[in-house]
Amino acid sequence: MPATLRKLAQRLGMMAHSFPGGVHPEQHKVSGAAAIEVNELAPVHILPMKQHIGEACSSLVSIGEHVLRGQKIAKSEGYVSVPIHAPTSGRVVKIEAHPIAHPSGMGMPSIFIESDGDDAVDQTLEPISDWQNSDPAMLRERARMCGLAGLGGAVFPTFIKLVRDQRFPIETVILNGIECEPWLTSDHRLMTEFASEILTGMRMIKHMVGATAGLIAIEDNKPEAVAAMREAVSATDDLNDVRVVELPTRYPQGSEKQLIYTLTGREVPAGKLPMHVGIICQNVGTTKALYDAIALGKPLTERVVTVSGDALPRPANLMARIGTPARLLFARQGLEDFSGLQIVHGGPMMGERLKGPDIPVVKSTNGLLALSASAMAAAHTVEQPCIRCGHCSEACPISLVPNLLADQCRADQFDKAADYQLFDCIECGCCSYVCPSNIPLVHYFRYGKGQIALMRREQAFAEASRRRSESRDARIAREKAEKAARRSRVRKTHAPKTDAPAPAAAGNDSAADTKTEEDR
Amino acid sequence: MTGLLYALASLGAFALLAGLILAIAQKAFHVEGDPMVDKIDALLPQTQCGQCGYPGCKPYATAVAGGEAEVNHCVPGGERTMLQIADLMGVEPKAVEEEAAAPRLAFVREDECIGCTLCIKACPVDAIIGAPKQYHTVIADHCTGCELCVEPCPVDCIDMLTKPELLEHWSWPLPDTKRSQIAHERREQHAGHA
Repeated sequence: MPATLRKLAQRLGMMAHSFPGGVHPEQHKVSGAAAIEVNELAPVHILPMKQHIGEACSSLVSIGEHVLRGQKIAKSEGYVSVPIHAPTSGRVVKIEAHPIAHPSGMGMPSIFIESDGDDAVDQTLEPISDWQNSDPAMLRERARMCGLAGLGGAVFPTFIKLVRDQRFPIETVILNGIECEPWLTSDHRLMTEFASEILTGMRMIKHMVGATAGLIAIEDNKPEAVAAMREAVSATDDLNDVRVVELPTRYPQGSEKQLIYTLTGREVPAGKLPMHVGIICQNVGTTKALYDAIALGKPLTERVVTVSGDALPRPANLMARIGTPARLLFARQGLEDFSGLQIVHGGPMMGERLKGPDIPVVKSTNGLLALSASAMAAAHTVEQPCIRCGHCSEACPISLVPNLLADQCRADQFDKAADYQLFDCIECGCCSYVCPSNIPLVHYFRYGKGQIALMRREQAFAEASRRRSESRDARIAREKAEKAARRSRVRKTHAPKTDAPAPAAAGNDSAADTKTEEDR
Repeated sequence: MTGLLYALASLGAFALLAGLILAIAQKAFHVEGDPMVDKIDALLPQTQCGQCGYPGCKPYATAVAGGEAEVNHCVPGGERTMLQIADLMGVEPKAVEEEAAAPRLAFVREDECIGCTLCIKACPVDAIIGAPKQYHTVIADHCTGCELCVEPCPVDCIDMLTKPELLEHWSWPLPDTKRSQIAHERREQHAGHA
């Protein structure tokens, strides 16, 4: 099939391997040609104690302590968690709550590090140059120690995926360079400028999971990135099985499950991971960070952030230290007055809309956008009744029925919504985007998911309380019976003819309680 | 005539067979106890607070199942629990009389605690740890906020604190559009009249 025809077919969703639905929002990739600039050190870096999916970290430093760049300042609590490292050398000035990129606007305990300007590096981690002959488990531990989490935005701890499991052999490594969100160009620039590092990172992943084949997926709106990656692949001899795949642009192609289906035709079942279908998918930024962690011994302390938006005078891609205040990045690119602007963390489709620019760059910050009210879908204020046009169902990449789900969530019929697979929704925002009645569908789904989670939490708590209460009742009854038995033994020895009182089971709490107290 | 006999015989045989199957099924799937009590108990919030007038959730569930108590006495469960129980029992819902307070946690001011163990004995879910003449403390994750420990304390060193809101437990509110507000109000109204 000629390439153009294939592209057309894929665009229309007629290919066998093409996820359903999707939308084509305006690209706005204005910073695509801007090379990555290194951002200057901030006077103070702010490091929230949780920058990944999973359990929050606990601080390892005390106020006044001097730290070096790359020094571990917070350790992970639990398995699904990665440590946090100091982004530069300096002094810990305070540890207190600071706003983060979260829709609630609530704060999170954060470590504030005042830079001393030296940027002295902690060199305890040795570079592993001979990684080809290293134990995969050791490399995996390195990825964990260096605080790696998925830099595409979901920040799932990377080391968890980098596992060799006998039951689920990995066949294919997919590098995700799709970057389908409008405005964002950080992965685009990273692939263009660091192609060979990314490729080495991919070879490391292949070594670690024991995969043979590799795919690098890039959308066709990034021809420089495609060219750079193709050149890097052809310059390396041991990558016969690695292909760079150019996919026609469509949102949300960068979503893991959608991308896997498009590339391989394999569907990752609900509640399962890509490894269960023999695939590992990593973002290109994460792959570069893995290279840094293994080959250079550098923990994750910086990342590329696209600073853009129609209200920003000079859109750019900045290599910023984790913890840099967003306000400084905006100011560097010429934006100081934020009145009337919508600040977005991440992309406009899935990112968090913030109340202000006072948040730090964290591991998930792939973009910081300053949008004027007109550019933001201002329509989402007036919600009209659903006209049953079905556009949302056509746009849904999971083939859900968004209008029905929204009705159920609005009416608090959460059981029904769960039956209609509410939890499979990836909140990509395609349905809200196409809705002619401006129904904030995704918002309803988030409400529904939150309420269901709340109910499940309450139910689990009630169940645990019931178990504790029952075991307490049983204990009191047992103690009472033991005491009665003891008493009857004593009575028997003194007056053998009296009947022993039958050990009674506890009737109810308070009665049992007073009885035991009396006995005591 | 024989047709009639055949019909009678075969129908009779079927009836016997069905009766046999039912008898076996009753033996095989016999349920111990009253499943209704457990079903109601599962709907209750298990705070064991006694605000319903019964010494715990299970006793209240037993009373409701036995028809001795109304369905609307569970205070912390509020309207949702009342509706669920009424639905399960197939009775008319009744308005909840007492408004549930915001979830709270017991907190022992350790400087003042004399280590008398009275609160430990009062706690229905074993959420207080301590020993005689040692400080007692409340396990925050296990406390149901029932307040049963406050009254027995001879030195009044137990406070009921508002449960802190956690970032992980934050959930999205309904969209703030006019339409969703109207729908919400209507729902509240319906629930009130029900």
